[in-house]
Amino acid sequence: MAYAAGVDVGSTQTKAVIIDEARRIVARSLTMTGANVVRAAEESYQEALAAGDLREEEVEYVVGTGYGRYKVTFGNTQVTEISCHGRGAVHMFPATRTVVDMGGQDTKAIRVAATGEIVDFCMNDKCAAGTGRFLGAAASALDIPLADLGATALRGERAVKISTTCTVFAESEVLSWLGRGKKIEDILLGVHQSIAGRSAGLLRRVGIEDEVTFTGGVARNVAMIDALQASLGHRVNVSEESHYMGALGAALFALDHILAARAPVRADA
Amino acid sequence: MTRYTAGIDVGSTYTKALLLSGQRDIAGRAMLPTGFKLTQVAEQALAAAAADAGIAAREVAYVVATGFGRHQVGIADLKVTDLTAAARGTTLLFPGTRTILDVGGQTMKASRLGDGAKVKSFRLNDKCAAGTGAFLEKTARYMGYETREIGPLVDTSKEAIAISGVCAVFAESEVINHLSQGVAPADIMHGAIVSLVGRSVQLMKRVRMEPEFTLIGGILRFRRMVDVVRTELGMEVNVPDGDLVQFTSALGAALLGQRRLRDAAGSSAQTAH
Repeated sequence: MAYAAGVDVGSTQTKAVIIDEARRIVARSLTMTGANVVRAAEESYQEALAAGDLREEEVEYVVGTGYGRYKVTFGNTQVTEISCHGRGAVHMFPATRTVVDMGGQDTKAIRVAATGEIVDFCMNDKCAAGTGRFLGAAASALDIPLADLGATALRGERAVKISTTCTVFAESEVLSWLGRGKKIEDILLGVHQSIAGRSAGLLRRVGIEDEVTFTGGVARNVAMIDALQASLGHRVNVSEESHYMGALGAALFALDHILAARAPVRADA
Repeated sequence: MTRYTAGIDVGSTYTKALLLSGQRDIAGRAMLPTGFKLTQVAEQALAAAAADAGIAAREVAYVVATGFGRHQVGIADLKVTDLTAAARGTTLLFPGTRTILDVGGQTMKASRLGDGAKVKSFRLNDKCAAGTGAFLEKTARYMGYETREIGPLVDTSKEAIAISGVCAVFAESEVINHLSQGVAPADIMHGAIVSLVGRSVQLMKRVRMEPEFTLIGGILRFRRMVDVVRTELGMEVNVPDGDLVQFTSALGAALLGQRRLRDAAGSSAQTAH
Protein backbone atom coordinates (compact mmCIF):
# COMPACT_ATOMS: atom_id res chain seq x y z
CA MET A 1 0.00 0.00 0.00
CA ALA A 2 1.40 3.40 -1.03
CA TYR A 3 0.66 6.62 0.75
CA ALA A 4 0.63 10.21 -0.48
CA ALA A 5 0.90 13.41 1.58
CA GLY A 6 -0.09 17.04 1.23
CA VAL A 7 1.30 19.82 3.39
CA ASP A 8 -0.55 23.15 3.34
CA VAL A 9 1.55 25.94 4.84
CA GLY A 10 -0.93 28.74 5.50
CA SER A 11 -0.26 32.23 6.82
CA THR A 12 -1.58 31.26 10.24
CA GLN A 13 -1.66 27.46 10.44
CA THR A 14 0.09 24.56 8.72
CA LYS A 15 -1.92 21.46 7.88
CA ALA A 16 -0.71 18.03 6.76
CA VAL A 17 -2.84 15.18 5.39
CA ILE A 18 -1.81 11.65 4.43
CA ILE A 19 -4.07 9.51 2.21
CA ASP A 20 -3.93 5.91 1.06
CA GLU A 21 -4.37 4.60 -2.49
CA ALA A 22 -8.14 4.49 -2.00
CA ARG A 23 -8.02 8.27 -1.35
CA ARG A 24 -9.02 7.83 2.27
CA ILE A 25 -7.54 10.19 4.85
CA VAL A 26 -5.39 8.07 7.18
CA ALA A 27 -3.77 10.89 9.17
CA ARG A 28 -3.88 14.63 9.62
CA SER A 29 -2.21 17.29 11.74
CA LEU A 30 -2.52 20.98 12.46
CA THR A 31 0.21 23.27 13.82
CA MET A 32 0.74 27.02 14.10
CA THR A 33 2.92 28.33 11.28
CA GLY A 34 4.80 30.87 13.38
CA ALA A 35 7.97 32.60 12.24
CA ASN A 36 9.94 29.52 11.21
CA VAL A 37 8.03 28.29 8.20
CA VAL A 38 10.45 25.50 7.26
CA ARG A 39 10.20 24.02 10.74
CA ALA A 40 6.40 24.37 10.83
CA ALA A 41 6.14 22.34 7.61
CA GLU A 42 8.52 19.67 8.94
CA GLU A 43 6.77 19.43 12.33
CA SER A 44 3.34 19.25 10.82
CA TYR A 45 4.41 16.43 8.48
CA GLN A 46 6.12 14.48 11.28
CA GLU A 47 3.01 14.81 13.46
CA ALA A 48 0.83 13.45 10.67
CA LEU A 49 3.21 10.51 10.17
CA ALA A 50 3.08 9.77 13.90
CA ALA A 51 -0.72 10.08 13.96
CA GLY A 52 -0.98 7.54 11.10
CA ASP A 53 1.71 5.32 12.61
CA LEU A 54 3.62 5.59 9.35
CA ARG A 55 7.31 5.73 8.49
CA GLU A 56 8.60 8.41 6.15
CA GLU A 57 9.58 5.87 3.46
CA GLU A 58 6.02 4.58 3.28
CA VAL A 59 4.92 7.92 1.84
CA GLU A 60 5.93 7.91 -1.80
CA TYR A 61 5.14 11.45 -2.79
CA VAL A 62 4.65 14.76 -0.95
CA VAL A 63 3.10 17.91 -2.41
CA GLY A 64 3.47 21.30 -0.71
CA THR A 65 0.83 24.00 -1.03
CA GLY A 66 -0.21 27.26 0.61
CA TYR A 67 1.69 30.52 0.74
CA GLY A 68 4.71 28.74 2.27
CA ARG A 69 4.73 25.81 -0.19
CA TYR A 70 8.32 26.48 -1.27
CA LYS A 71 9.40 26.03 2.35
CA VAL A 72 8.25 22.40 2.29
CA THR A 73 11.85 21.34 1.72
CA PHE A 74 11.06 17.61 1.85
CA GLY A 75 8.25 17.92 -0.70
CA ASN A 76 8.58 16.46 -4.19
CA THR A 77 6.73 19.31 -5.84
CA GLN A 78 4.44 22.28 -5.19
CA VAL A 79 0.91 23.07 -6.33
CA THR A 80 -0.90 26.40 -5.73
CA GLU A 81 -3.48 26.50 -2.94
CA ILE A 82 -6.15 27.54 -5.45
CA SER A 83 -5.74 24.24 -7.32
CA CYS A 84 -5.57 22.27 -4.09
CA HIS A 85 -8.70 23.79 -2.55
CA GLY A 86 -10.59 23.19 -5.78
CA ARG A 87 -9.41 19.59 -5.95
CA GLY A 88 -10.11 18.88 -2.27
CA ALA A 89 -13.60 20.41 -2.41
CA VAL A 90 -14.61 18.43 -5.51
CA HIS A 91 -13.29 15.26 -3.89
CA MET A 92 -15.41 15.82 -0.77
CA PHE A 93 -18.49 17.12 -2.59
CA PRO A 94 -18.34 15.96 -6.23
CA ALA A 95 -21.08 18.37 -7.35
CA THR A 96 -19.02 21.39 -6.21
CA ARG A 97 -18.69 24.10 -8.85
CA THR A 98 -17.88 27.07 -6.61
CA VAL A 99 -15.50 27.12 -3.66
CA VAL A 100 -15.15 29.84 -1.06
CA ASP A 101 -12.03 29.48 1.03
CA MET A 102 -11.66 31.68 4.11
CA GLY A 103 -8.27 31.55 5.73
CA GLY A 104 -6.40 33.57 8.28
CA GLN A 105 -5.23 36.29 5.91
CA ASP A 106 -7.09 35.92 2.68
CA THR A 107 -10.40 34.90 1.16
CA LYS A 108 -10.64 33.18 -2.20
CA ALA A 109 -13.54 32.52 -4.52
CA ILE A 110 -12.85 29.70 -6.96
CA ARG A 111 -14.96 28.27 -9.77
CA VAL A 112 -14.17 24.68 -10.68
CA ALA A 113 -15.08 22.23 -13.44
CA ALA A 114 -16.51 18.78 -12.72
CA THR A 115 -12.96 17.43 -13.01
CA GLY A 116 -11.80 19.70 -10.19
CA GLU A 117 -9.87 21.92 -12.61
CA ILE A 118 -9.90 25.66 -11.95
CA VAL A 119 -12.12 27.69 -14.29
CA ASP A 120 -11.68 31.09 -12.62
CA PHE A 121 -10.75 32.56 -9.28
CA CYS A 122 -10.65 35.81 -7.41
CA MET A 123 -8.95 36.62 -4.15
CA ASN A 124 -8.73 39.22 -1.47
CA ASP A 125 -5.09 39.30 -0.43
CA LYS A 126 -4.32 43.01 -0.61
CA CYS A 127 -6.56 44.10 2.21
CA ALA A 128 -7.49 42.32 5.44
CA ALA A 129 -11.15 43.37 5.26
CA GLY A 130 -13.38 40.32 4.83
CA THR A 131 -10.72 37.81 5.87
CA GLY A 132 -10.20 35.76 9.00
CA ARG A 133 -8.14 38.64 10.37
CA PHE A 134 -11.32 40.68 10.71
CA LEU A 135 -12.66 38.03 13.10
CA GLY A 136 -9.32 37.98 14.91
CA ALA A 137 -9.50 41.74 15.41
CA ALA A 138 -13.03 41.51 16.80
CA ALA A 139 -12.02 38.65 19.09
CA SER A 140 -9.11 40.59 20.54
CA ALA A 141 -11.13 43.81 20.88
CA LEU A 142 -13.85 41.95 22.79
CA ASP A 143 -11.41 39.64 24.57
CA ILE A 144 -13.18 36.46 23.46
CA PRO A 145 -11.29 33.33 22.30
CA LEU A 146 -11.43 32.96 18.52
CA ALA A 147 -13.01 29.52 18.88
CA ASP A 148 -15.99 30.95 20.82
CA LEU A 149 -16.82 33.72 18.34
CA GLY A 150 -19.25 31.73 16.22
CA ALA A 151 -21.26 30.32 19.11
CA THR A 152 -21.45 33.78 20.72
CA ALA A 153 -22.62 35.40 17.49
CA LEU A 154 -25.34 32.77 17.06
CA ARG A 155 -26.95 34.06 20.27
CA GLY A 156 -27.27 37.50 18.68
CA GLU A 157 -30.79 38.66 17.88
CA ARG A 158 -30.38 42.09 16.35
CA ALA A 159 -27.20 42.41 14.34
CA VAL A 160 -25.32 45.68 14.77
CA LYS A 161 -24.44 47.00 11.33
CA ILE A 162 -20.66 47.34 11.07
CA SER A 163 -19.93 50.32 8.84
CA THR A 164 -16.15 50.26 8.64
CA THR A 165 -14.36 48.41 5.89
CA CYS A 166 -10.86 48.37 7.32
CA THR A 167 -9.98 45.74 9.91
CA VAL A 168 -8.01 48.30 11.93
CA PHE A 169 -10.99 50.63 12.19
CA ALA A 170 -13.36 47.74 12.85
CA GLU A 171 -11.55 47.15 16.13
CA SER A 172 -12.44 50.65 17.33
CA GLU A 173 -15.94 50.42 15.90
CA VAL A 174 -16.56 47.22 17.85
CA LEU A 175 -15.42 48.94 21.04
CA SER A 176 -17.53 52.00 20.35
CA TRP A 177 -20.66 49.86 19.93
CA LEU A 178 -19.83 48.17 23.20
CA GLY A 179 -19.43 51.63 24.78
CA ARG A 180 -22.87 52.55 23.46
CA GLY A 181 -24.38 49.59 25.27
CA LYS A 182 -24.82 47.11 22.42
CA LYS A 183 -24.67 43.42 23.34
CA ILE A 184 -21.53 41.49 22.44
CA GLU A 185 -23.69 38.85 20.71
CA ASP A 186 -25.34 41.44 18.47
CA ILE A 187 -22.04 43.12 17.62
CA LEU A 188 -20.46 39.79 16.71
CA LEU A 189 -23.45 38.84 14.60
CA GLY A 190 -22.90 42.09 12.70
CA VAL A 191 -19.19 41.32 12.30
CA HIS A 192 -19.99 37.93 10.80
CA GLN A 193 -22.54 39.45 8.44
CA SER A 194 -20.05 42.05 7.32
CA ILE A 195 -17.42 39.44 6.42
CA ALA A 196 -20.00 37.20 4.77
CA GLY A 197 -21.19 40.14 2.69
CA ARG A 198 -17.67 40.85 1.43
CA SER A 199 -17.09 37.18 0.62
CA ALA A 200 -20.40 36.97 -1.23
CA GLY A 201 -19.24 39.94 -3.31
CA LEU A 202 -16.04 38.11 -4.15
CA LEU A 203 -18.02 34.99 -5.11
CA ARG A 204 -20.29 36.97 -7.41
CA ARG A 205 -17.22 38.24 -9.24
CA VAL A 206 -16.26 34.69 -10.27
CA GLY A 207 -19.91 33.69 -10.74
CA ILE A 208 -21.81 31.42 -8.35
CA GLU A 209 -22.69 28.02 -9.70
CA ASP A 210 -24.31 25.25 -7.68
CA GLU A 211 -23.03 23.60 -5.47
CA VAL A 212 -21.02 25.94 -3.27
CA THR A 213 -18.46 24.45 -0.88
CA PHE A 214 -17.03 26.46 2.01
CA THR A 215 -13.44 25.60 2.97
CA GLY A 216 -10.63 26.96 5.13
CA GLY A 217 -10.20 27.51 8.85
CA VAL A 218 -13.11 29.95 9.11
CA ALA A 219 -15.51 27.30 7.75
CA ARG A 220 -15.49 25.73 11.22
CA ASN A 221 -17.26 28.83 12.50
CA VAL A 222 -21.00 28.03 12.70
CA ALA A 223 -22.13 31.66 12.61
CA MET A 224 -20.08 32.27 9.47
CA ILE A 225 -21.75 29.33 7.72
CA ASP A 226 -25.15 30.82 8.60
CA ALA A 227 -24.20 34.34 7.59
CA LEU A 228 -22.68 33.18 4.31
CA GLN A 229 -25.79 31.15 3.44
CA ALA A 230 -27.99 34.15 4.24
CA SER A 231 -25.79 36.50 2.20
CA LEU A 232 -25.74 34.20 -0.81
CA GLY A 233 -29.32 33.04 -0.44
CA HIS A 234 -27.84 29.66 -1.12
CA ARG A 235 -26.92 26.48 0.77
CA VAL A 236 -23.22 25.76 1.19
CA ASN A 237 -21.45 22.43 1.75
CA VAL A 238 -19.20 22.25 4.75
CA SER A 239 -17.10 19.21 5.50
CA GLU A 240 -15.70 18.14 8.86
CA GLU A 241 -12.37 18.36 7.04
CA SER A 242 -12.93 21.91 5.73
CA HIS A 243 -9.79 23.06 7.46
CA TYR A 244 -7.74 20.38 5.68
CA MET A 245 -9.16 20.85 2.19
CA GLY A 246 -5.99 22.41 0.77
CA ALA A 247 -3.76 19.72 2.27
CA LEU A 248 -6.18 17.04 1.06
CA GLY A 249 -6.10 18.47 -2.46
CA ALA A 250 -2.29 18.46 -2.33
CA ALA A 251 -2.29 14.81 -1.18
CA LEU A 252 -4.62 13.92 -4.07
CA PHE A 253 -2.19 15.56 -6.52
CA ALA A 254 0.61 13.57 -4.87
CA LEU A 255 -1.34 10.34 -5.38
CA ASP A 256 -1.80 11.24 -9.08
CA HIS A 257 1.99 11.31 -9.37
CA ILE A 258 2.36 7.91 -7.73
CA LEU A 259 -0.31 6.31 -9.92
CA ALA A 260 1.00 7.94 -13.11
CA ALA A 261 4.51 6.67 -12.41
CA ARG A 262 3.09 3.18 -12.07
CA ALA A 263 1.06 3.26 -15.29
CA PRO A 264 2.54 0.99 -17.94
CA VAL A 265 4.44 2.96 -20.56
CA ARG A 266 2.87 2.48 -23.98
CA ALA A 267 5.22 1.16 -26.62
CA ASP A 268 4.30 3.91 -29.06
CA ALA A 269 4.70 6.71 -26.49
CA MET B 1 -14.90 92.89 28.53
CA THR B 2 -13.69 90.35 25.98
CA ARG B 3 -16.05 87.58 25.02
CA TYR B 4 -14.51 84.16 24.68
CA THR B 5 -15.54 81.61 22.11
CA ALA B 6 -14.62 77.94 22.11
CA GLY B 7 -13.86 75.56 19.30
CA ILE B 8 -14.23 71.86 20.13
CA ASP B 9 -12.83 69.41 17.59
CA VAL B 10 -14.01 65.88 18.36
CA GLY B 11 -11.59 63.80 16.30
CA SER B 12 -11.48 60.04 15.87
CA THR B 13 -8.60 59.74 18.32
CA TYR B 14 -8.35 63.01 20.30
CA THR B 15 -10.76 65.75 21.27
CA LYS B 16 -9.30 69.24 21.21
CA ALA B 17 -10.82 72.37 22.77
CA LEU B 18 -9.46 75.88 22.27
CA LEU B 19 -10.60 79.23 23.68
CA LEU B 20 -10.24 82.42 21.64
CA SER B 21 -10.60 85.97 22.92
CA GLY B 22 -12.31 88.80 21.03
CA GLN B 23 -8.83 89.98 20.04
CA ARG B 24 -8.19 86.55 18.46
CA ASP B 25 -5.69 85.57 21.13
CA ILE B 26 -5.59 81.93 22.15
CA ALA B 27 -6.56 82.00 25.81
CA GLY B 28 -6.45 78.29 26.63
CA ARG B 29 -6.50 74.83 25.17
CA ALA B 30 -6.85 71.19 26.17
CA MET B 31 -6.69 67.79 24.51
CA LEU B 32 -8.21 64.51 25.73
CA PRO B 33 -8.43 61.03 24.20
CA THR B 34 -11.86 60.85 22.50
CA GLY B 35 -12.90 57.42 23.77
CA PHE B 36 -16.51 56.42 23.25
CA LYS B 37 -18.50 58.97 25.23
CA LEU B 38 -18.37 61.89 22.84
CA THR B 39 -20.85 64.17 24.58
CA GLN B 40 -18.97 63.93 27.86
CA VAL B 41 -15.49 64.20 26.41
CA ALA B 42 -16.48 67.44 24.64
CA GLU B 43 -17.67 68.91 27.95
CA GLN B 44 -14.53 67.74 29.75
CA ALA B 45 -12.27 69.21 27.07
CA LEU B 46 -14.09 72.55 27.25
CA ALA B 47 -13.82 72.61 31.06
CA ALA B 48 -10.10 71.81 30.84
CA ALA B 49 -9.50 74.54 28.24
CA ALA B 50 -11.40 77.04 30.41
CA ALA B 51 -9.31 76.03 33.42
CA ASP B 52 -6.20 76.53 31.26
CA ALA B 53 -7.45 80.05 30.45
CA GLY B 54 -8.31 80.69 34.09
CA ILE B 55 -12.00 81.26 33.50
CA ALA B 56 -15.18 79.32 34.20
CA ALA B 57 -16.65 77.24 31.35
CA ARG B 58 -19.95 79.19 31.63
CA GLU B 59 -18.11 82.41 30.77
CA VAL B 60 -17.63 81.09 27.24
CA ALA B 61 -20.08 83.05 25.09
CA TYR B 62 -20.29 80.77 22.07
CA VAL B 63 -19.29 77.16 21.38
CA VAL B 64 -18.61 75.77 17.90
CA ALA B 65 -18.15 72.03 17.45
CA THR B 66 -16.36 70.30 14.60
CA GLY B 67 -14.77 66.94 13.82
CA PHE B 68 -16.41 63.58 13.18
CA GLY B 69 -18.11 63.60 16.59
CA ARG B 70 -19.52 67.15 16.37
CA HIS B 71 -23.13 65.96 16.26
CA GLN B 72 -22.78 64.51 19.76
CA VAL B 73 -21.66 67.83 21.25
CA GLY B 74 -24.77 68.94 23.13
CA ILE B 75 -23.20 72.16 24.42
CA ALA B 76 -22.46 73.48 20.92
CA ASP B 77 -24.23 76.59 19.60
CA LEU B 78 -23.09 75.76 16.09
CA LYS B 79 -21.65 72.73 14.28
CA VAL B 80 -19.36 73.06 11.26
CA THR B 81 -17.57 70.48 9.11
CA ASP B 82 -13.91 69.69 9.73
CA LEU B 83 -13.08 71.07 6.30
CA THR B 84 -14.58 74.49 7.06
CA ALA B 85 -12.95 74.65 10.50
CA ALA B 86 -9.56 73.57 9.12
CA ALA B 87 -9.77 76.15 6.32
CA ARG B 88 -10.55 78.97 8.80
CA GLY B 89 -7.86 78.01 11.28
CA THR B 90 -5.25 77.48 8.59
CA THR B 91 -5.81 80.78 6.82
CA LEU B 92 -5.69 82.67 10.13
CA LEU B 93 -2.19 81.25 10.66
CA PHE B 94 -1.06 81.20 7.02
CA PRO B 95 -3.20 83.52 4.89
CA GLY B 96 -1.56 82.35 1.64
CA THR B 97 -2.72 78.72 2.07
CA ARG B 98 -4.22 77.14 -1.04
CA THR B 99 -3.84 73.43 -0.20
CA ILE B 100 -4.38 71.82 3.21
CA LEU B 101 -3.27 68.31 4.14
CA ASP B 102 -4.81 67.13 7.41
CA VAL B 103 -3.62 63.74 8.69
CA GLY B 104 -5.27 62.42 11.83
CA GLY B 105 -5.42 59.10 13.62
CA GLN B 106 -8.18 57.61 11.46
CA THR B 107 -8.61 60.02 8.56
CA MET B 108 -6.63 61.83 5.91
CA LYS B 109 -8.05 64.89 4.20
CA ALA B 110 -6.80 67.09 1.38
CA SER B 111 -8.56 70.30 0.41
CA ARG B 112 -7.95 73.16 -1.96
CA LEU B 113 -9.03 76.65 -0.99
CA GLY B 114 -10.22 79.57 -3.07
CA ASP B 115 -10.47 83.20 -1.92
CA GLY B 116 -11.88 83.92 1.51
CA ALA B 117 -10.94 80.48 2.89
CA LYS B 118 -13.68 78.85 0.78
CA VAL B 119 -13.16 75.11 0.24
CA LYS B 120 -13.10 74.57 -3.55
CA SER B 121 -12.36 70.87 -3.66
CA PHE B 122 -11.65 68.10 -1.17
CA ARG B 123 -10.91 64.40 -0.94
CA LEU B 124 -10.79 62.24 2.13
CA ASN B 125 -9.83 58.76 3.16
CA ASP B 126 -11.41 57.25 6.23
CA LYS B 127 -11.92 53.79 4.77
CA CYS B 128 -8.45 52.29 4.86
CA ALA B 129 -6.02 52.56 7.76
CA ALA B 130 -3.02 52.34 5.42
CA GLY B 131 -3.75 55.94 4.44
CA THR B 132 -4.07 57.38 7.93
CA GLY B 133 -2.05 57.86 11.10
CA ALA B 134 -3.22 54.44 12.24
CA PHE B 135 -0.71 52.98 9.78
CA LEU B 136 2.16 54.55 11.73
CA GLU B 137 0.65 53.52 15.05
CA LYS B 138 0.27 49.93 13.90
CA THR B 139 3.79 49.82 12.49
CA ALA B 140 5.15 51.13 15.80
CA ARG B 141 3.04 48.64 17.75
CA TYR B 142 4.31 45.66 15.70
CA MET B 143 7.84 46.65 16.75
CA GLY B 144 6.89 47.14 20.40
CA TYR B 145 6.86 50.97 20.41
CA GLU B 146 4.19 53.32 21.71
CA THR B 147 2.68 56.08 19.57
CA ARG B 148 4.50 58.78 21.51
CA GLU B 149 7.81 57.09 20.71
CA ILE B 150 7.34 57.38 16.94
CA GLY B 151 8.83 60.89 16.69
CA PRO B 152 12.05 60.27 18.66
CA LEU B 153 12.49 56.84 17.02
CA VAL B 154 12.22 58.01 13.43
CA ASP B 155 14.50 60.98 14.06
CA THR B 156 17.40 58.55 14.37
CA SER B 157 16.76 56.98 10.95
CA LYS B 158 19.44 57.36 8.28
CA GLU B 159 17.54 55.76 5.41
CA ALA B 160 13.96 54.65 4.82
CA ILE B 161 13.40 50.98 4.04
CA ALA B 162 10.70 50.38 1.42
CA ILE B 163 7.36 49.45 3.02
CA SER B 164 4.58 48.47 0.61
CA GLY B 165 1.87 50.14 2.69
CA VAL B 166 -0.96 48.22 1.03
CA CYS B 167 -2.72 47.17 4.23
CA ALA B 168 -2.02 48.14 7.85
CA VAL B 169 -2.85 44.60 8.97
CA PHE B 170 -0.68 42.81 6.44
CA ALA B 171 2.16 45.25 7.17
CA GLU B 172 2.76 43.20 10.32
CA SER B 173 4.40 40.33 8.43
CA GLU B 174 6.41 42.79 6.34
CA VAL B 175 7.66 44.56 9.46
CA ILE B 176 8.54 41.28 11.19
CA ASN B 177 10.36 40.16 8.06
CA HIS B 178 12.47 43.33 8.01
CA LEU B 179 13.22 43.06 11.73
CA SER B 180 14.35 39.45 11.36
CA GLN B 181 16.71 40.56 8.60
CA GLY B 182 18.28 43.06 10.98
CA VAL B 183 16.74 46.27 9.63
CA ALA B 184 16.70 49.03 12.28
CA PRO B 185 13.22 49.85 13.66
CA ALA B 186 13.90 53.54 12.96
CA ASP B 187 14.39 52.82 9.25
CA ILE B 188 11.19 50.72 9.15
CA MET B 189 9.28 53.57 10.83
CA HIS B 190 10.80 55.99 8.33
CA GLY B 191 9.65 53.68 5.50
CA ALA B 192 6.11 53.68 6.91
CA ILE B 193 6.16 57.49 6.89
CA VAL B 194 7.37 57.57 3.28
CA SER B 195 4.54 55.19 2.36
CA LEU B 196 1.96 57.38 4.15
CA VAL B 197 3.33 60.52 2.50
CA GLY B 198 3.04 58.79 -0.89
CA ARG B 199 -0.67 58.34 -0.22
CA SER B 200 -0.95 61.96 1.00
CA VAL B 201 0.54 63.30 -2.22
CA GLN B 202 -1.89 61.16 -4.25
CA LEU B 203 -4.79 62.63 -2.31
CA MET B 204 -3.49 66.20 -2.79
CA LYS B 205 -3.06 65.61 -6.53
CA ARG B 206 -6.71 64.66 -6.71
CA VAL B 207 -7.75 68.09 -5.42
CA ARG B 208 -5.35 69.69 -7.96
CA MET B 209 -3.00 71.00 -5.31
CA GLU B 210 -1.30 74.35 -5.58
CA PRO B 211 0.97 76.33 -3.21
CA GLU B 212 1.00 77.43 -0.49
CA PHE B 213 0.73 74.12 1.33
CA THR B 214 -0.20 73.93 4.99
CA LEU B 215 0.03 70.67 6.89
CA ILE B 216 -2.10 70.06 9.97
CA GLY B 217 -3.35 67.17 12.13
CA GLY B 218 -1.85 65.06 14.87
CA ILE B 219 0.46 63.10 12.58
CA LEU B 220 2.21 66.27 11.41
CA ARG B 221 3.69 66.70 14.88
CA PHE B 222 6.27 64.19 13.67
CA ARG B 223 8.91 66.41 12.08
CA ARG B 224 10.05 63.58 9.84
CA MET B 225 6.59 63.45 8.27
CA VAL B 226 6.89 67.15 7.42
CA ASP B 227 10.40 66.66 6.02
CA VAL B 228 9.28 63.81 3.77
CA VAL B 229 6.26 65.80 2.48
CA ARG B 230 8.57 68.73 1.72
CA THR B 231 10.97 66.43 -0.16
CA GLU B 232 8.20 64.69 -2.09
CA LEU B 233 6.62 67.98 -3.16
CA GLY B 234 9.97 69.65 -3.74
CA MET B 235 8.44 72.69 -2.13
CA GLU B 236 8.31 74.61 1.13
CA VAL B 237 5.33 73.84 3.39
CA ASN B 238 3.70 75.68 6.31
CA VAL B 239 3.26 73.89 9.62
CA PRO B 240 1.67 75.49 12.70
CA ASP B 241 4.03 75.79 15.66
CA GLY B 242 4.27 73.10 18.32
CA ASP B 243 1.04 71.42 19.33
CA LEU B 244 -1.00 74.06 17.47
CA VAL B 245 -0.71 71.66 14.53
CA GLN B 246 -3.30 69.51 16.34
CA PHE B 247 -5.51 72.47 17.34
CA THR B 248 -5.85 74.17 13.95
CA SER B 249 -9.43 72.99 13.34
CA ALA B 250 -10.44 73.85 16.91
CA LEU B 251 -8.92 77.30 16.31
CA GLY B 252 -10.93 77.68 13.10
CA ALA B 253 -14.12 76.68 14.91
CA ALA B 254 -13.49 79.20 17.71
CA LEU B 255 -12.81 81.87 15.08
CA LEU B 256 -16.16 81.17 13.41
CA GLY B 257 -17.69 81.60 16.86
CA GLN B 258 -16.17 85.09 17.16
CA ARG B 259 -17.66 86.02 13.79
CA ARG B 260 -21.09 84.79 14.87
CA LEU B 261 -20.84 86.94 18.01
CA ARG B 262 -19.89 89.99 15.94
CA ASP B 263 -22.70 89.35 13.46
CA ALA B 264 -25.20 88.94 16.29
CA ALA B 265 -23.96 92.14 17.97
CA GLY B 266 -24.27 93.96 14.63
CA SER B 267 -27.85 92.84 14.00
CA SER B 268 -29.02 93.54 17.57
CA ALA B 269 -27.44 97.01 17.28
CA GLN B 270 -29.49 97.53 14.13
CA THR B 271 -32.67 96.36 15.86
CA ALA B 272 -32.04 98.81 18.70
CA HIS B 273 -31.92 101.75 16.31
